Amino acid sequence: MPEGKENSPAAMNRTAVERKSDRELVVTRTFNAPAHIVFEAWSKPELFTRWWVPKSAGMSLVSCDMDVRAGGAYRFVFRHPAFDQAMAFFGTYKEVIPNKRIVWTNEESDQGAVTTVTFEEKAGKTLVTFHELYPTQAALEEALAGSAEGLPEQFAQLDELLAGR
Amino acid sequence: MVQYSETRLDASFAALSDATRRGVLEQLTRADASITELAEKFHMTLTGMKKHVGVLERAALVTTEKAGRVRTCRIAMRGLEEEAAWIERHRQLWSARFEELDKIVEQLKFKEKANARRKRK
Repeated sequence: MPEGKENSPAAMNRTAVERKSDRELVVTRTFNAPAHIVFEAWSKPELFTRWWVPKSAGMSLVSCDMDVRAGGAYRFVFRHPAFDQAMAFFGTYKEVIPNKRIVWTNEESDQGAVTTVTFEEKAGKTLVTFHELYPTQAALEEALAGSAEGLPEQFAQLDELLAGR
Repeated sequence: MVQYSETRLDASFAALSDATRRGVLEQLTRADASITELAEKFHMTLTGMKKHVGVLERAALVTTEKAGRVRTCRIAMRGLEEEAAWIERHRQLWSARFEELDKIVEQLKFKEKANARRKRK
């Protein structure tokens, strides 16, 4: 398998997920690009929306507003063929340091997480650390159960993709 | 210490080497059950099921608790297993997401290089 993926620039870059505590989720991944590039893909709405929801999730984006600066707001509205209602995700950017760090809140409920993403460049590569802190363990469980729901189909597609390489 | 964990590992593998006991474990990952319920489910005598549960218990794969006349069995390693499955589920989601991000990052890199070349001309 690994040698079959040699054409992929990300072949060596594994995504790691860790439950740092009952209320914290940490995801890390290295990208083969300098920090300003990864930051750009993360902070421009027209780019962000192309990767945040993987194609295979079957969701379509109704609207996407991102005002990426301290105090700025974001709001994404998604639709999924299986649901009548559109889903909105919204919150506020608390801290934005270009090419280094973005901190935002999630305000759909009072149980939303505070998310910190950091970009650390080393020798032309960038280590991205995505850190979510929930107010309670229950809030983390609930939020993440939701995000992993409806994924089997997506996993199947991913498996296919990986098997085909 | 090493001796102890090896003994325990041996006990686990021995316990898992029996199809009925694997079935019982699987059943218990879904819900706790009494010995009686398990015996019925696996078409077995109470004594037979007690023996199987005893093996699983000694291997620390299952814990039991007696309340009145009912002995309830539950999986002992459930937390750990659930944790592992949970992590893997989320890793796959993020992995898919980041593979898409890789594509965009490559495009941006390409654009930047093209722009730099154009400037030099």
